[in-house]
Amino acid sequence: MIRADRSRLPEVGPDPPFRFPAIVRHVLPNGLQVRTLEHHNVPVVTFVLQVWGGAGADPADRHGLCALTADMLDEGTGTLSAIDVSEALAQIGAEFDIDVAPDAVSVTLTTLTRFADRGATLLASMATRPSMHAEDFERLRQLRVNRLQQLRDVPQAVAERAFLRLLYGDHPYGHLSIGNESSLRAMTLDDVRHFHSRSFRPSGATLVVVGAMSHEELRAVAERAFGAWQEPTDAVERTGIASEIDAPLVPEARLAVVPRDGAQQSELRIGHLSTRRDTPDYAALLVLNAVLGGQFVSRVNLKLREEKGYTYGARTGFDWRRGVAPFVLQTSVHTAVTADAIQDAVDEILSIRGTRPAGGREMMLAKATLTRGYSRNFETSQQVARSVAQLVLYDLPDSYFEEFVPRVEAVDADEVTRVAARYLDPPRLVTLIVGDHQAIAASLRSLPFGEPLVIAA
Amino acid sequence: MDLPFTKHTLDNGLEVLVHEDHHVPVVGVNVWYHVGSKNERQSRTGFAHLFEHLMFEGSEHHNTGYFPPLQQAGAILNGSTNADRTNYWEVVPTSALELALWMESDRMGYLLPALTPARFENQRDVVLNERRQNYENRPYGLAVMAVVAALYPPAHPYHWLTIGAADDIRAMQFEDVQAFFRTYYHPANASLALAGDIDTTAALRLAEKYFSEIPPGPRPEPPNAEASIGREIRLVLEDRVEMPRLYMGWHSPAMFAGGDAEMDLLSDLLANGKASRLYRTLVYERRIALDVSASQGSRELGSFFLLVATAAPGKHLADIAVAIDQEMQRVIEEGPTKSEMERGEAQAEAQFLYRLQTVGGFGGKSDQLNAYNVFRGDPGYFSRDLARYQQATPESLRAAARRWLRFDQRVALSVVPRGQTASALAGSEPVSVS
Repeated sequence: MIRADRSRLPEVGPDPPFRFPAIVRHVLPNGLQVRTLEHHNVPVVTFVLQVWGGAGADPADRHGLCALTADMLDEGTGTLSAIDVSEALAQIGAEFDIDVAPDAVSVTLTTLTRFADRGATLLASMATRPSMHAEDFERLRQLRVNRLQQLRDVPQAVAERAFLRLLYGDHPYGHLSIGNESSLRAMTLDDVRHFHSRSFRPSGATLVVVGAMSHEELRAVAERAFGAWQEPTDAVERTGIASEIDAPLVPEARLAVVPRDGAQQSELRIGHLSTRRDTPDYAALLVLNAVLGGQFVSRVNLKLREEKGYTYGARTGFDWRRGVAPFVLQTSVHTAVTADAIQDAVDEILSIRGTRPAGGREMMLAKATLTRGYSRNFETSQQVARSVAQLVLYDLPDSYFEEFVPRVEAVDADEVTRVAARYLDPPRLVTLIVGDHQAIAASLRSLPFGEPLVIAA
Repeated sequence: MDLPFTKHTLDNGLEVLVHEDHHVPVVGVNVWYHVGSKNERQSRTGFAHLFEHLMFEGSEHHNTGYFPPLQQAGAILNGSTNADRTNYWEVVPTSALELALWMESDRMGYLLPALTPARFENQRDVVLNERRQNYENRPYGLAVMAVVAALYPPAHPYHWLTIGAADDIRAMQFEDVQAFFRTYYHPANASLALAGDIDTTAALRLAEKYFSEIPPGPRPEPPNAEASIGREIRLVLEDRVEMPRLYMGWHSPAMFAGGDAEMDLLSDLLANGKASRLYRTLVYERRIALDVSASQGSRELGSFFLLVATAAPGKHLADIAVAIDQEMQRVIEEGPTKSEMERGEAQAEAQFLYRLQTVGGFGGKSDQLNAYNVFRGDPGYFSRDLARYQQATPESLRAAARRWLRFDQRVALSVVPRGQTASALAGSEPVSVS
């Protein structure tokens, strides 16, 4: 028998070549863009219907409108009540999900291939002809108001909301998709109907269909279900699009606290607005993030968790969108070490800009985590369908996934230092703490951020 | 529907399972150790989970972090501990399979020489942070702790949750690590599953190469304990929450025992999804609850069925409890409808099929093979597992509901905003958890 050689780690060969399945584009007579991909792993089919808009399209006095509209889709269609819709989904074993993102809404339905037509028809009916009954609207609105109340006790949600507001101010990206209590109360069913008719129309939608069938069969399923969807006659005005509105560059405060008396941990957000998803520096920023905080082995987690034991985990990331996106470091630390953890985190952001640039090993590791084993991101029909929807959302070419690996591999350490210096801007960093203000107030004075802005939860 | 595999047992007792799936050029590497928090003792809780953390800190021949070499090869990896088992997995590009086996075998065979008190202390802090973040500082985060503490007597190994008690975690000694490792972390108490873009013969050869040199230990005696409650126990827990929430817990059939699948189906029928009975009554029609859910928490020594509902503003847990009892009574007397049975069967078939889509990670095919192997001694149990759901009948569901969901043998915990114990169910005893 061959014995294991434990004197060194085994060599790892080159990655097997990665091929993304072919994307075939179709346009239905009503203008609906359809993308089909064959995926013959398991007899399953996934539909993703993506429409423009998203939470960034909420009117300034109607925050939460997009999400509430999306929520109304499965609350009844045709002769089916909300309960009937839920039953119909269960009868075909469907997984159903609505995602409200800053720039788009996507509705995803996965079912067995033998139910492909039933699934597609149900999806089309919900998305294009929701009943929008007044009593369902009232019930959902009330549930959302109550949900908001509950979120006041969830530190992550409190931090998310306050941080978006600190970074974006009044910009359309500056609120959570769920909105706030007063905007929800002000909403009417007409608002929802109007939002739906603006957002859900064939000309502004893309349907991605991925499954264990031929392209022609997949297209035919789409056409049978969505062919009768008609473009409304009124034109949609192209104004007020979130990604085209300038975001504030200078934050309102450097340090803010949302008091949470007696909290055992401080929920932290540290960051600022950075750049857009379509930046030519995207690949370099991904590598930068992987070195700094995108992975378990990145600097921020190694420092705060593995070296200091301050936290269960810490990470950084760009919350990409079509418009200017935030760069955020997030973690939750033991109350007693709050100020120290902030100092360590800020130091990591500072030093990668030049005093401690990404090293050779770090670069190799960062690029490997992004590129090697890339194919595992495309195992299921749902993963493939959602990936293609992202191409549409960000105007990326169909060849994008096959070009991704060489693009990341081409990034070098100098480029990472350059984008770190350009897109990480220490004087603009905003630190938000959701935690026990009394317990941490004295220690916060050791930080060079001045008196904190205190925000109510 | 099937999950085919090859099983081979090494001389040291390690069971190796291989499943080929060449759809994507990756392999799921998955190791189960048959140890969880149920192998802990009273006042020494949280150890199995803390130990899982130590498995990522290095082993004798790779005496530094577990993550870097694997991530450098394009792997994703993780591990988890529950009451019954601890699992570890990597999903690697096919070209890195040998590396993953080297790493997994090194920590199975040679962990202790690399463990230092400093690493132990650091991970103890990390776990205390994990506990604060996921339990203490989370609304309703301590509720399930209170439910299991009431369902099981103090010496029963399900009396505590896997995260353990904070005081126990603080009191752990470095010396305990070695004994724990020697007892539970060896080939005869483990199962290795490889699923993905591999050739079965080559995969078995590699498993042999890396794992056969590790000496076996004695197979640990499985813990055994009984629990029952002969009455309804009503408790109230004050928490930093806005809305009162009701938790109802019952003892239920052990994992894979008769009635286990029925209880799972009943959880969906009663409280999962808008078409479920309790959602319809409590949330949709009467609007006295904001949400409702149920689960059959299947475990080796005995399961527990949990029902959770949050009161709508101004509504009372007492009314919710009455409505729940009425629906339960209806299920017990009339059984499920034809359409409920059809729905349950369609969902089971779809869920099992969806489970065949990924080779690795939590719930992937390699994880499932290990689950069936460790808990059933039969990695090929997949199709029989599905059959349990397909063979359920209205009568078997009714019988399970009647047998297990008794009003006079359950724990009813009211979690209420601080200072509002009056909004709990009548007669609730205060309980404190930390």
